[in-house]
Amino acid sequence: MAVKKFVVGVFTEEEPLFEAVKKVRKTGYKLHEVYTPFPIHGLDHAMGLRDTSIHTAGFLYAIFGTTSMLSFMTWCLTTDWPWNIGGKPHFALPAWIPITFEFTVLCACVGMVLTFCYLCQLAPFVKKHHFNLRSTDDQFTMVIECTPKTNEAELSSFLGGIGATGINVQNAETGWWLGRYDKDQKLFEGQSETVSA
Amino acid sequence: MAIKEFFDIPARYKNWSMALMGVGVLSVIIGFILYGTGEHHGARFWGSMLHNSTYFLLITNAAMFFICAATLAMGGFQIAFRRVSEAISIAVYPLGVIALVVLIALCVVDPHIYHWLHPKGDKILEGKSGFLNSGFYIIWTILTIGLWMVLGRKMRQISRELDNNPLPDVEAGRRYIFKNSVWASIFIVWFGLTAMSVTPWLWLMSLDAHWFSTMYSWYTFASTFVAGLALITIFVVYMKNQGYLEYTNEEHIHDLGKFMFAFSIFWTYLWFAQYMLIWYANIPEETIYFKSRVTSNHHSGAYTGLYWFMFCINFIAPILILMRRGSKRNYTTVTFMAIVIIFGHWLDFYQMVFASISPEHVELNLFDFGVAAGFVGLIMYSTGKAMAKYPLLAKNHPFIKESIIHHT
Repeated sequence: MAVKKFVVGVFTEEEPLFEAVKKVRKTGYKLHEVYTPFPIHGLDHAMGLRDTSIHTAGFLYAIFGTTSMLSFMTWCLTTDWPWNIGGKPHFALPAWIPITFEFTVLCACVGMVLTFCYLCQLAPFVKKHHFNLRSTDDQFTMVIECTPKTNEAELSSFLGGIGATGINVQNAETGWWLGRYDKDQKLFEGQSETVSA
Repeated sequence: MAIKEFFDIPARYKNWSMALMGVGVLSVIIGFILYGTGEHHGARFWGSMLHNSTYFLLITNAAMFFICAATLAMGGFQIAFRRVSEAISIAVYPLGVIALVVLIALCVVDPHIYHWLHPKGDKILEGKSGFLNSGFYIIWTILTIGLWMVLGRKMRQISRELDNNPLPDVEAGRRYIFKNSVWASIFIVWFGLTAMSVTPWLWLMSLDAHWFSTMYSWYTFASTFVAGLALITIFVVYMKNQGYLEYTNEEHIHDLGKFMFAFSIFWTYLWFAQYMLIWYANIPEETIYFKSRVTSNHHSGAYTGLYWFMFCINFIAPILILMRRGSKRNYTTVTFMAIVIIFGHWLDFYQMVFASISPEHVELNLFDFGVAAGFVGLIMYSTGKAMAKYPLLAKNHPFIKESIIHHT
């Protein structure tokens, strides 16, 4: 992971975001991410993000759950320790379906949650840079990455032109690193105020 | 955008529906000559009539159930193609009349399909005769079909009354939605008392008069509901391909695909719940039901192959094919799966009826397919005529905008 330079535009309304995202992409700036307090329908489409493949991962976890549980029960009840339960055959498939089903669902959902956390780089004892703390509350934050060709001053005024109310420049680590928010950082102290455009 | 408000029935569509109905009528006549009388008192003929008339009646009525359930859930997405579901539910009139004639004939002509008609000397049937008797059967059947027609008609009327007089303000819109909800809930209550509980007990479960299952009506309902959704999907895709339903797009098809996927699994769940409890308890008077259908003493019953084939195309095909987002948005895949589902649940009904009437051997032949073709033609004819008569877009419905901008 590397430290990169970002220009951050803060919006107070959601409506101008769509137009702004369109203009940013059309102008050719490199859109890093848009942080919003709540999901906004269609914004992912406007940003040109590809469809998530988390459901493919979920399918694979589910297949793993089905096969592992079925083979485990088969091995237990036919090979390792066969029991006569109510005169049923040792390979009592109908009785195993509910267990297999539950384990499939369990594997799929736990696996998908963990995958989701990994993709979002969320975990205990791990930190990530926050561009604007109020994007979890009432502000919408658009982050644009600076490339060697980017002129920051031009980009800042461009962001002001498309409706951003606060603009600042931040050097930030893009990935996650070990650390704890409650120990290492006083969250609401020493935050740089956003500069008015 | 200029929209085409009325379905202009193409000549090919009309010819096909007429030809299929002709095949149906011919099959019924030939079937009656071949199987209508004779050694088994015509059980083969009347069984096929029972199978086809109840199945197709229930799947067309499921269209009205779909409208009412979506109305009660404030589901706006269906409004763009609601008139198609309404047109399908109009087929309840002709199919209901046919089913009524067949079901009453089963009691009056008595082709030895319903053993409970003669309970004398049979302790179990005598015990059940308070419920299983021809008087109650006929009255309940008339009430069932009659109220489906009347309440369905009311729902369609409420929908059409806005076509030429738009709602003046928001308050009138709220009142309109409330009125819709009230009538939809009345329909649902009656549907719950009939299609989801008592009616399948009388029409189908009483074929095995000694046997009973509390899952049976749910199972029948799930079967017909998923096939009804498939029927709606086929008509919506057909109308799209003909250039109608301008405001319906792959987002709506995607949701119909999700419904087909979900209710295929729901059907499997009920199938399994019924099967596993009987298998586990292993009580002879209950397991008798599966003797001809699944296995007995490691020997296959006559219907085993048909049964598992039906299970595969009703569960494994939908779950594997309709799982991907892309396949639910693809008109070809969705249509293909809809046809598979309708056929699969037709086979499901076949084994429900015939594994009880003639448990020894499967006699599925052209006669059954011919009768089914007749019903398909009748549904095509009736739905096409209804779509030509009434506007295809409920353009003044308060939820129409929600439906147009709908996305999943």
